Amino acid sequence: MTDRLPVKKTYKLFIGGAFPRSESGRTYEAEGQNVARASRKDVRDSVRAARAALPKWSGMTAYNRGQVLYRLAEMIEARTAEFADVSTDRLEVERTVDRIVWYAGWADKLAQVLGSSNPVSGPYFNFTVPEPTGVVAVLAPDEPPLLGLVSRVVPALTGGNAVIAVASETHPLAAIELAEALATSDVPGGVVNLLTGHRDELAPWLASHMDVNAIDITGADGTSADLERAAADNVKRVVRGDPETQSPWEIASFLELKTVWHPVGQ
Amino acid sequence: MAGSYTQRMAQAPVLPRGFELPLEPRLPRVGSVDAVALEERAASLAKRSIKKDAKIFALELAVRMMDLTTLEGQDTPGKVAALASKAIRPDPSDAGIPSVAAICVYPNLVPAAVARVEGTSVKVASVATAFPSGQSPIETKLEEVRWVVEHGADEVDMVIDRGAFLSGRYAKVYDEIVQVKEASGEAHLKVILEVAELGTYDNVRRASLLAMAAGADFIKTSTGKLPGAATLPVTLCMLEAIRDVHEETGRMIGMKPAGGIRHAKQAVQYLVQLHETLGVEWLTPDLYRLGASSLLNDVLMQLRKEKTGAYQSPDYFTVD
Amino acid sequence: MPKEWAYAPAPESRDVVSLDDHYGHYVGGTWLEPSETYTTIAPATEEPLAEVGQATPEEVEAAVTAAREAFENGWSGISAAERAKYLFRIARILQERSREFAVLESLNGGKPIKESRDVDLPLAAAHFFYYAGWADKLEYAFPNRRPRPVGVAGQIIPWNFPLLMLSWKIAPALAAGNTVVLKPAETTPLSALLFADVLRQAQLPPGVVNIVTGDGRTGAALVKSEGVDKIAFTGSTDVGKAIQRELAGTGKKLTLELGGKAANIIFDDAALDQAVEGIVNGIYFNQGHVCCAGSRLLVQESIYEPVVEKLKRRLTTLRVGDPLDKNTDVGAINSKQQLEKIRELVESGEQEGAEIYQPPCRLPEKGYWFVPTVFTNVAQSYRVAQEEIFGPVLSVLTFRTPEEAVEKANNTPYGLSAGVWTEKGSRILWMAERLRAGVVWANTFNRFDPSSPFGGYKESGFGREGGRHGLEPYMQFDGIEPSRD
Repeated sequence: MTDRLPVKKTYKLFIGGAFPRSESGRTYEAEGQNVARASRKDVRDSVRAARAALPKWSGMTAYNRGQVLYRLAEMIEARTAEFADVSTDRLEVERTVDRIVWYAGWADKLAQVLGSSNPVSGPYFNFTVPEPTGVVAVLAPDEPPLLGLVSRVVPALTGGNAVIAVASETHPLAAIELAEALATSDVPGGVVNLLTGHRDELAPWLASHMDVNAIDITGADGTSADLERAAADNVKRVVRGDPETQSPWEIASFLELKTVWHPVGQ
Repeated sequence: MAGSYTQRMAQAPVLPRGFELPLEPRLPRVGSVDAVALEERAASLAKRSIKKDAKIFALELAVRMMDLTTLEGQDTPGKVAALASKAIRPDPSDAGIPSVAAICVYPNLVPAAVARVEGTSVKVASVATAFPSGQSPIETKLEEVRWVVEHGADEVDMVIDRGAFLSGRYAKVYDEIVQVKEASGEAHLKVILEVAELGTYDNVRRASLLAMAAGADFIKTSTGKLPGAATLPVTLCMLEAIRDVHEETGRMIGMKPAGGIRHAKQAVQYLVQLHETLGVEWLTPDLYRLGASSLLNDVLMQLRKEKTGAYQSPDYFTVD
Repeated sequence: MPKEWAYAPAPESRDVVSLDDHYGHYVGGTWLEPSETYTTIAPATEEPLAEVGQATPEEVEAAVTAAREAFENGWSGISAAERAKYLFRIARILQERSREFAVLESLNGGKPIKESRDVDLPLAAAHFFYYAGWADKLEYAFPNRRPRPVGVAGQIIPWNFPLLMLSWKIAPALAAGNTVVLKPAETTPLSALLFADVLRQAQLPPGVVNIVTGDGRTGAALVKSEGVDKIAFTGSTDVGKAIQRELAGTGKKLTLELGGKAANIIFDDAALDQAVEGIVNGIYFNQGHVCCAGSRLLVQESIYEPVVEKLKRRLTTLRVGDPLDKNTDVGAINSKQQLEKIRELVESGEQEGAEIYQPPCRLPEKGYWFVPTVFTNVAQSYRVAQEEIFGPVLSVLTFRTPEEAVEKANNTPYGLSAGVWTEKGSRILWMAERLRAGVVWANTFNRFDPSSPFGGYKESGFGREGGRHGLEPYMQFDGIEPSRD
């Protein structure tokens, strides 16, 4: 009796809640697997999907968004073993879960911590509230493959943004595992889009895309000057964060502030 | 009279907000007024700097638009006679100063007033309809109106029933104005809203439109018997209602702020507001009056200052 | 009935301002003789006012060095409470000299004296007063973040509110403990140069604030200067993008407050007369030279006619003319260049088929003037509905439902401000949530306050000025925090 031959997974992209192959039909080999090598057209499709998903996600109550993120943590915890296989170790997975739980709890506190009621000198009520910047591109750092990606994507999600993330180029499998967890949590399709492939091929298209509102270049290789220059074409917000940290200011990087005035009269 | 207002009420601006009525001429929607923005606009207009010829023009116009008023329990024929003299010839030392528009008195003093102003351009206005509260039966009010008109009053200054208005019985308010208008005959009808009791600019606008719909020739802010009488914002609110009625129907309704206007500077501010809200067509005593008891001498002092260049003393102006 | 009531001229006296013939750059607490100069004029009369410096890169560098030295040798070490007291002093001196500044602002910029007197100056002083109070309370503004100043801030400001924009920039920068090199706009340098005298009176240490004048070349030199840690720019979106490109890869902090094409949305239940005042204030305030101007009027179709009627009628009462006359509502266009830009766009509007309305208006013969203008029958695709005109020109469009109003309002690369006029509270909040703009004025327009954060979404820029949030661009924080520009 021979050993059973395992059925291998095809490593695909995650766009608009679906798992397509790259439009280019190409793959590259990473971590011993053939992984989809996304093209600029996959970038285009991802931005479209993110833009379409944005109203629902940003329009959700903050309480609800927090619950969905918590659900994501539950999904990852339940697959700890699978995630441990594609990341550094089990500890990285546990830290990832804890980080998502930490951010999930922030969703309905942001407005209180970051907003203000402003005592203007006149008969007006005036307040400032944070709002999502919109469609956010994230260049995830190569290491750590899971925690690095999650540490950059989840703050943006907590703030109500829709995200297109380019996964670790050297360790993309964690991102694909994450996509599967996202697909089975209650994050609406298109809110997170995960691309694998060569960062250098994808980043310029994201940086210059006129419908992307912010770009996180934490995972950019070497000099990011070209990306920053391209980002200026539509005055993108350019964020450099830290893959190892968690803080509300990471969320604030992906938020706008809106001030509303109204007269106070009889 | 029951039911007689039904036809007119169909045209009155007290239907649910936003409806446009098919009847012609149609009245403006009631709408609403933003208090903060209204007050800011009024304050901004009050900052106009009116100098030299423009100021003399305004001050002389203010004299011609003035309803010189005495409404006291202690009023006597003698007091009214003195007031009438002042009205006809405000500044005995300057024949160039025109007469005021009218003197405004209580009903009992109408005969005395009429006797004194006969043959001059000065009109006699009488308050009526249980002034200042309006809290009397309609029959009594109409009787009073007919009495003052019979005794020669050219103008009737009635008060609306604020109790009815504030309890939402707009039909009663409307119907009373219609009846008073009929009772006034040829006399001009000014309808006093007593804005200080209406509480909001929304109510002031609503009452203004109601009064104009019911046939008012003028709408007037106040009885002068309460603090918080005429103010620039409340007058602006009423002018805007007048403007809307004019735009919708072509009718030109007059405006009379009254109470609290004591200084020439205020008079100029009121006229600037009139000028920039309703335009030059309204710069006439036929369409605008300033109700005041102590304003005239300050205007006269300012006029003489403009002519002589020297600041004036009240000792040189008659107190009547 | 008289034919007209013409108001006699009521000019504010110019005597309160005494100008020098010639100004240098204010560097290190003294005047640096400029190597090149140009003439700054009064746009209302084209009369030359003074010769001012056109700062070269070397002169800019001298200012940056002075700012760096002041930062290293004292200002950053001075106690925060003392820093606050300098700012309070500046606020008070601006109040004391407010008429002088107001007249100068109207003279050099062309704006009506009633606005410089009642808006620009009180707000400029208020900004210093507000941020003075923050200077020694930063740890309460940023708890657990150990805030520190950034260093030397390079600040480039526009010509529409010269002194007010100066105060928006300098007050938070100094409160946060930075030193400053400020470049006023090419056409309006004089109030900033007079402000140097306020600094002298306040005894501000030398080098803490340096002022260099000049055109875009001077601004570019400041942006490129390696000694600058942070750039704050208010101006056009094109220049803002160029600055963002220039700073790419440098790690310097940046805030941009750029252009706008704000929608002012009037619902059929609005308080109409006040809404019309809001429309007028929204677009004709400061000749429309306002980045957050309500230049696109969106009127619900059911009240289109009365609103346009009221608006046209109101336009006939606008008094256009001498900026120094206290009764002037609309002053002079700031420069010949701007006037040409306005003319060009207005011509395009007529060619594209919009219907133009301009009230009868007697304009002065000399100087730069443009009659307050309304375009009706404007399609969303017309240039006058898309491009920022930065002049007294309003484009009127219509909508039918709140959804459509939001869609049209947001259909622009800009996102600075928006206006909503309705009596319905829930609709105000619904609209405010959906409008992609940094400032939403509901039942009002063009209100500003030092405590109220101001700034844009999308191509209108990033970063906030005003309020606690306005300090953040001038701070760095100990501990790991992301940078964002």
